[in-house]
Amino acid sequence: MYTQALNNAPETGERQVEDAARMESFQARIDAEERIEPNDWMPAAYRKTLTRQISQHAHSEIVGMLPEGNWITRAPSLRRKAALLAKVQDECGHGLYLYAAAETLGTSREELVDQLLTGKAKYSSIFNYPTLTWADMGAIGWLVDGAAIMNQIPLCRCSYGPYSRAMIRVCKEESFHQRQGYENMVTLSKGNEAQKEMAQDALNRWWWPCLMMFGPPDAASQHSDQSTRWKIKRFSNDELRQKFVDATVPQAQYLGLTLPDPDLKFNEETGHWEYGVIDWEEFKQVIAGNGPCNRDRLAARNKAHAEGAWVREAALAFAEKRRARKAAA
Amino acid sequence: MAKTLRVNETPLVLYCLRRADDALILGHRLSEWCGHAPMMEEDMALANMALDLIGQARSLYTYAGQVEGEGHTEDDFAYWRDERGYRNALLVEQENDDFARTIMRQFLYASFADLYWQAMVKSKDETLAAVAAKSEKEMAYHVRHTAEWVIRLGDGTDESHERIAKALEYCWPFTGELFEADESEKGLVAEGIAADLSSLRDQWRTNVKAVLDEATLTMPQDGWMQKGGRSGRHSEYLGHLLTELQHVQHTVPGAVW
Amino acid sequence: MKDIFPIWEVFIRSRNGLAHKHVGSLHAADATLALQAARDIYTRRGEGLSIWVVPSSAITASDPADKDMMFEPTASKIYRHPTFYEVPDEVGHM
Repeated sequence: MYTQALNNAPETGERQVEDAARMESFQARIDAEERIEPNDWMPAAYRKTLTRQISQHAHSEIVGMLPEGNWITRAPSLRRKAALLAKVQDECGHGLYLYAAAETLGTSREELVDQLLTGKAKYSSIFNYPTLTWADMGAIGWLVDGAAIMNQIPLCRCSYGPYSRAMIRVCKEESFHQRQGYENMVTLSKGNEAQKEMAQDALNRWWWPCLMMFGPPDAASQHSDQSTRWKIKRFSNDELRQKFVDATVPQAQYLGLTLPDPDLKFNEETGHWEYGVIDWEEFKQVIAGNGPCNRDRLAARNKAHAEGAWVREAALAFAEKRRARKAAA
Repeated sequence: MAKTLRVNETPLVLYCLRRADDALILGHRLSEWCGHAPMMEEDMALANMALDLIGQARSLYTYAGQVEGEGHTEDDFAYWRDERGYRNALLVEQENDDFARTIMRQFLYASFADLYWQAMVKSKDETLAAVAAKSEKEMAYHVRHTAEWVIRLGDGTDESHERIAKALEYCWPFTGELFEADESEKGLVAEGIAADLSSLRDQWRTNVKAVLDEATLTMPQDGWMQKGGRSGRHSEYLGHLLTELQHVQHTVPGAVW
Repeated sequence: MKDIFPIWEVFIRSRNGLAHKHVGSLHAADATLALQAARDIYTRRGEGLSIWVVPSSAITASDPADKDMMFEPTASKIYRHPTFYEVPDEVGHM
């Protein structure tokens, strides 16, 4: 998911000797569905796990602006242009809510952003794929945002208060994102041959990377259930992936499009859609930095940051001058 | 659909298109920043201003289509006129360049548009008066936001001062055109439909100067002013912008999007 | 890192009559820019009629460790609540 790279490894590195009694009362609060707040005592590993998860989520929102931003200037109608711009702007806003939530755990935004820019931090693998046609805007809204919602709704009940509150806001605002994407797909799939082809091609390219968004399969992941015990994570990768497939298949059928999976079939007994084998090697490579756009995405963020430095310095210099003038007056 | 839309440019249609084109082209320019701004907070601000302008353009194109009466939609005007058919002022099509240029272009335009829409609230044309009532508030905020940045960049560091001063110098020769009106427009002024642009110029100067003063910038002398956009003689930049803006519609013509 | 902006806490009054409510935080070089950023980040859907921005550093917060001492003593003061008192049914709502 937007925080997928983390799902398989909650932070256990720092084996600090935590006060056992404190640990116990902390867990009791979590079990009682209490929210943990910034100044509350928390285990170092909880803090570190959350800092990493929330900042990865924030990075994903910010990097996620780029693939869709690629089509704002080429949107084929003014209505679509406004909707897409508003959507990508929302992603920036969501990144900001999330950085703010992460900062409450004690790491500054500058530090977190620096981790992204230097390639130390991860973000969702999905944004390392290129957007090649206008139909990709439909497919991303429908599938990528659809997958994101599956993950984000349970996060609204995350045990960490600032994260859960940020997610409530994000989910509320994102409800239009998937709809605008799907509406776009409906228009294309009801359009002329070229448009239908474009829609099918986009689905072919985005389907498998979207399934990878949920992270490695439960069987293969080293996922200890610490995140689950801490109520940071409430469903497993495979559970969420299955939920997504079950929700999406009928939507694709309505569009008259074919999901690019010959093994896809409905299991009457379980009531679920069974899907084919995911190419986990591709996933691994994209996460490791070898996706088609990893380098471009990081370069774009670094460029914006570097070219904005003089603006930020000017704003700080002015604030300093104004303070000095006030003091002198 | 013909490759280039032929518009029956009656005075009122032409008038609407000029305003709509200003808004669309400037909104498009601002939208180019999305994901690349100097700070994320400013990404939010630039996108908001772009959305205001695109919204204004849509209302004005739709109205132009109604007045023209040939069934043309907002998208027909936006996507099927070439650069000779576009009627925006040259200022708004100038490239973003650095943040200083973008801010200065926006500040100079918004300072004009704020006064313009204020005056248009009294238009005898009800539709234009309604667009004005909405746009006036939007542009007032654009002035507020960009003025703060002009001041900070002007009175910030040596580098920022130099950049914003250069941007001012670059943009200034394009400001005269904002206040120009041809015969077709003067008729609308006489009818009480259009605002008299030349009457706004003194107030514009006063407002702009106040901000430039605070920014420790010198207001340029009015030298030679560039014009031509209102009659479709543009800079070379517009063609590239339109190539991008119109790309999908031209690749798959006749489709619904 | 030389370009570190201070953090501001953002409070929004959503409707007339309701108090300002904390909605989140942001980074800005000064109060004016903070106010404008708050408008763009936190009021894109008509959420607000009024915004406050406060430097985070200006907030003094109670210590969670003092929670019991600070807040538990009120739990026993049930006579502060209207349900503590009995009013005869005949008198009706009071």
